[in-house]
Amino acid sequence: MLAYTIRRILVAIPVLLVASMIVFTLTLFTGDPVEEKYAGRNPPVPQQTINLERERLGLDKPVVVQYVTWLKNLVTKGDFGPSIESTRDIGGELGKRIFVTLRLIFFAIVLALVLAIISGVLSATRQYSKLDYTFTFLGFIFLAMPAFWVAVLLKQGALQYNEATGTRTFFTIGERSVETEPGLFNAFADIFGHMILPTISLALITYAAWSRFQRSSMLEVLNSDYVRLARAKGLSPRKVLVRHALRTALIPMTTVSALGIAQLIGGAVITETVFQWNGMGSYLITSIATRDRYAVMGWLLVAGIFIVVGNLVADLLYGILDPRIRYE
Amino acid sequence: MTESTDITLDRSGAAPKSDVVLEVDNLTVEFPTDDGAVQAVRGVSYQLRRGDALGIVGESGSGKSVTSLAVLGLLPKTARVKGSVKLLGEELIGKPEKEYAKLRGNKLAMIFQDPLTSLNPVYTVGYQIAEAILAHHDVSKKAARDRAIDLLKTVGIPFPEQRVDNYPHEMSGGMRQRVVIAIAMANDPDVIIADEPTTALDVTVQAQVLEALEAARNETGAAMVLITHDLGVIAGHADRICVMYAGKLVEKGSIDDVFYRPRMPYSLGLLGSLPRLDESGKDRLTPIVGSPPSLLNLPPGCPFTPRCPLAQDVCEQEEPGLYPTGDPEHVAACHFHERLVGVSSSDLFRPISVDTEDLTAADLAPVDLEGQK
Amino acid sequence: MSDIQSPPVPKAPVPAGSTEREFTVKERTQWQIVVRRFLRHRLAVVSLIVLILLILLAYIGPLVWIHKLEDLDSPTDIMISASNPMGTDSLGHDMFARVLRGMQQSIKVAVIVAVLSTGIGAPYGAIAGYFGGRVDTILMRICDVLLTLPLLLVAGALVTGRGGSVLTVALVLGLLGWVVNARVVRGVVLSLREQEFIEAAKALGAGTFRIVFNHLLPNATGAIIVQATLDIAAAILAESALSFVGLGVQPPDTSLGVLVNDARSAVETRPWLFYWPGIMIILIALTISFIGDGLRDAFDPRQMRQRR
Repeated sequence: MLAYTIRRILVAIPVLLVASMIVFTLTLFTGDPVEEKYAGRNPPVPQQTINLERERLGLDKPVVVQYVTWLKNLVTKGDFGPSIESTRDIGGELGKRIFVTLRLIFFAIVLALVLAIISGVLSATRQYSKLDYTFTFLGFIFLAMPAFWVAVLLKQGALQYNEATGTRTFFTIGERSVETEPGLFNAFADIFGHMILPTISLALITYAAWSRFQRSSMLEVLNSDYVRLARAKGLSPRKVLVRHALRTALIPMTTVSALGIAQLIGGAVITETVFQWNGMGSYLITSIATRDRYAVMGWLLVAGIFIVVGNLVADLLYGILDPRIRYE
Repeated sequence: MTESTDITLDRSGAAPKSDVVLEVDNLTVEFPTDDGAVQAVRGVSYQLRRGDALGIVGESGSGKSVTSLAVLGLLPKTARVKGSVKLLGEELIGKPEKEYAKLRGNKLAMIFQDPLTSLNPVYTVGYQIAEAILAHHDVSKKAARDRAIDLLKTVGIPFPEQRVDNYPHEMSGGMRQRVVIAIAMANDPDVIIADEPTTALDVTVQAQVLEALEAARNETGAAMVLITHDLGVIAGHADRICVMYAGKLVEKGSIDDVFYRPRMPYSLGLLGSLPRLDESGKDRLTPIVGSPPSLLNLPPGCPFTPRCPLAQDVCEQEEPGLYPTGDPEHVAACHFHERLVGVSSSDLFRPISVDTEDLTAADLAPVDLEGQK
Repeated sequence: MSDIQSPPVPKAPVPAGSTEREFTVKERTQWQIVVRRFLRHRLAVVSLIVLILLILLAYIGPLVWIHKLEDLDSPTDIMISASNPMGTDSLGHDMFARVLRGMQQSIKVAVIVAVLSTGIGAPYGAIAGYFGGRVDTILMRICDVLLTLPLLLVAGALVTGRGGSVLTVALVLGLLGWVVNARVVRGVVLSLREQEFIEAAKALGAGTFRIVFNHLLPNATGAIIVQATLDIAAAILAESALSFVGLGVQPPDTSLGVLVNDARSAVETRPWLFYWPGIMIILIALTISFIGDGLRDAFDPRQMRQRR
C-alpha cells in the first residue's frame, strides 16, 4: 500500500505542474494587474512608480522566466511570490485561510454523507413508498437550487428567526465574531455558531447528488445474489441490511465523495461569499478581480493538493473496504 | 383413464404423516409486469419425505427456480404467491419475515447457482459460515469458527484451517460452491434445496461439488431437492424426479420410471436430446423443435402442444392433469400417455439437422406409433 | 390474444381442422420500449410538459408581451401588478420581460454547454475506455488536470477584458464540463468492451473507428443522453453561479444568474427581484433533472417497474 501511495503522489506532481502552467497562461489573459491597480487614481500615478511596481512583480521579464522564477522560489524557499498588495504575504494568507475553509468543507462532507446515506438507504429499502418519493423529491429540489440560493435563503431565514426571537442564535456574517468572551469553550462555541449555517447550506446541495447515488447503489446491492444468500441464511432483516447490503453499497460512495471534494471547494467559494467568510473562496475571488497572479497560482496549488490528497484517500479507503482491490 | 383429475398418488399408505418434511400443494406464483401477469408457476405440488432426494428438471423459464424461491420466501415483494407450502407441518406462505428468517438457514436451506456472486466479497469465507451458525445458535465466536472449519473439511476443502480466512475471490469456483454448501448444512437443516448447483461450473469440478452435496446430505440427514437442467446429474444423485414445463409439473416418478418408461412426450424428448455414450452413434439425436411458450399469454390447453408430435384437438382445449400410470407414484400430464408405453424418443421425434427456424410442417410429419411398434 | 404476432416458429403437425396457436407477445423496438417506460414516469412526463411550456414562454413570450426588455415605462419598485406580474426594479424595468430574456439566455448557454460536453466528452471517453492501457492513462491524466482548474479562474481569464457573451460563458463551461461525460462514457465502454459482440466485430475485421462509432457509442446512447440532460441542468446552475460572482453573462445582456446577483442586496427590501429569477432557475433545473431521471430509468434494461 505504501508503494501505491508513493506512486500516486509521484504521478500527481506532473499533473499539478501542468495545471499550474495552464493557469499561469490563463492569468496572462486576465489583463495587466498593474494597470488595474493604479487605474482611475487621481492624481494619476507617476510612471516611475508604475515601473517599479512592474519590476517588483517581475512583469518586465519574459513570461517563461516569470514562471520558472515562481517555481524555483516556491520549491527552494517556499516563497509564493509577491502579491499585488505589497504588504501581503501570500503564503501566510493562504495558511490562515486554509483552516477556515477546511473546517467548513470537512463538516459539510460529514453532514452530507450522513444525510445521503440515511436517505439513500431508506429510499431503497422502501422503494416506491411515500418516504421514498419524499426523499427523492427533496433531493431533486436541493439539486436544482443554485448554491447561493440555498445560502441566501438560509441566511434570510436565520435573520428572521433571530428577529422573531430577539436572540442572536444564528450568526450570518463571518467565521467568527470580532469580540468574544475569553475562554476556550467560548471560542469554540463562537466558531461553531458561525459554522452552522454555511455548513448546512453547503451540505444540503451536496447531499442531494450523493443520495441519488447511494439509493441506486443500495438498490443494486439489495438485488444481488449475496444479499439473497444472507437472507437465505436466516439473518434478521436488519442484519442483512446493515452487514451485507449497506457495507457493500458504501464502497462506491467513497469514490463519489472524494470526487466531490473538488465540487465542494467550488461550492465553498459561493458559500463563503454569501456568509462573508474570510476563507480560500473569497481569496480567490479578490485575487482574480485584482489580477493578483501569484496569489491565484498559490491558491491553485493549495486547492490542487487538496484534491489530489482527497482522491488518494478515497482510493486507499476503497482498498480497505473492498478486499478484492489490494494495492501492491 | 382420461379424466382430468390431478391426482398425486400416495401408494405408501402406511407412511406416517410425520415423515413428510416438505409439502408443496398447488403452489402458484404470478409476477405483474408491463404487459400483463407472468404466470411463472401454475400449480405445483410435491411431497418430500425424510432422506428423500428429489430432482426437478426443466428448461430455463420452466419455473423451477421460482418454485424453490417461493418455498424459501425469497421472491421479490411484487410476486403474488398462492397455495400452500408446509415445512414439518408449518405453513410457510404468508409467514411474517422475522419468523421466516428463523427457519431459513436453520431448518430450510438453499444453495444458489452462481458461486461467484453468492458470497459477499468483503467478508471472509469463515465469517460467512460462522454467521449462519451464530444467527441461529447462541454460541461463542470461537465455537462457530471451529464448526466452520469442520464444515469446510466435510465438504472436502483442503487445509480448512487456513482456507477459513480466505476471501471468496481467493478461491476457485468449485471451492466457493462448496463453501455455499457448507453454509447450507451448517445448522443441520431438514431440507436443502440446491438450485442448479453445478450449472456455472466446469464438468470436472461438478463431480467435486456433487460429492460435497452428498456429504452434506449424509451428515445432516436432510431431504434434498436438486434442481437442474442436466439429466445426468439427476440420474446420479436423485431417487425421484419431477419434470417441469411452462410452470407446471408434467411428470413425476422414480428415476427408473421416468428415465426408462417416460409417459409424457416432453420427457421423452428431453431424454432423446441427450447424447449418450452407450448408444454408439448410430442413431441421430432427436431434439424437440420450437421454444417454450411465453408465460404471459398462455392459451388454454396443454402448453406443449405446438411442439408435440402427438398433439390433437383435445390438447388445445384441455390442459391435462397428472394421470396415474401403471407404476406406483408415477404420474404424467398427457392425454395420450398410454400411447407412449414402450415408445422411444426416436420413434416419436424426427432427427433434425437444420436450423429449427426454417422448419416446415413437412419436416414434422405426424408419426405413426402403431406402425412403428 | 388477438393482436399478437408470432415469430417464425415451425408449425407443429396438427391434424387438419385445428387452428394456429400463437404463444408470443408483441414485438417492440428498443426505442418504443424506452418511450413507453418513460411515459410511465408521471413525474418525468409532467416535467417534460412544464419544461416545454417554460421554453415556449421564454421564446414566444417576449414577442407577445406588452413590455419590452429595455422599456422603462413602468412604475418603479412595485411588487406585483396586472401589467407587471413579476414587479419592477428601481429604474422601471418590467421584471417579467427581464426574466423571460434571462430564461432565454440561460437556456441557450445550457444547451450549448451540453452539446459541447457531449460532443467532446463522449468520443473521448469511448476512445479512452476502448484502448485502455497507456492511452487510457494519458487521457485520464489530462482529465485530472482539467479537473484541478478552478472554474472561476478559467471564467475570469476568458471573460474579463472580453465581455462575457452567451457564447463565451458556454465555452468556458463546456470546455471544463466535458470531463464528466468522458468519465461516464468511459465507464460504459469499459464494461462493454469485454462483451462478445465486440470480439465478434473485431473477428469480422472491423477497424477501431468502426467499433467505436458503430458499436460502442450506440450502446452507450442511454448513458450519454442521461448525462447530457444532467449537463443541461448543471450548466444552468453553473451559469448562475458564475454570474453571481460577476464572471458570467455581462451587461447589457442578462441571464437568470445576473438577475439574481443584481438583486442580492435587495433580498430583504425588494424580495421579488431576487426570488422570481431564482424560482425560474430552480424550475428549469428541476424539470430537467426529473426528465433525466425518467430517461435513466427508461433506458435501464434491468429495471422492471411492475404495476402495483
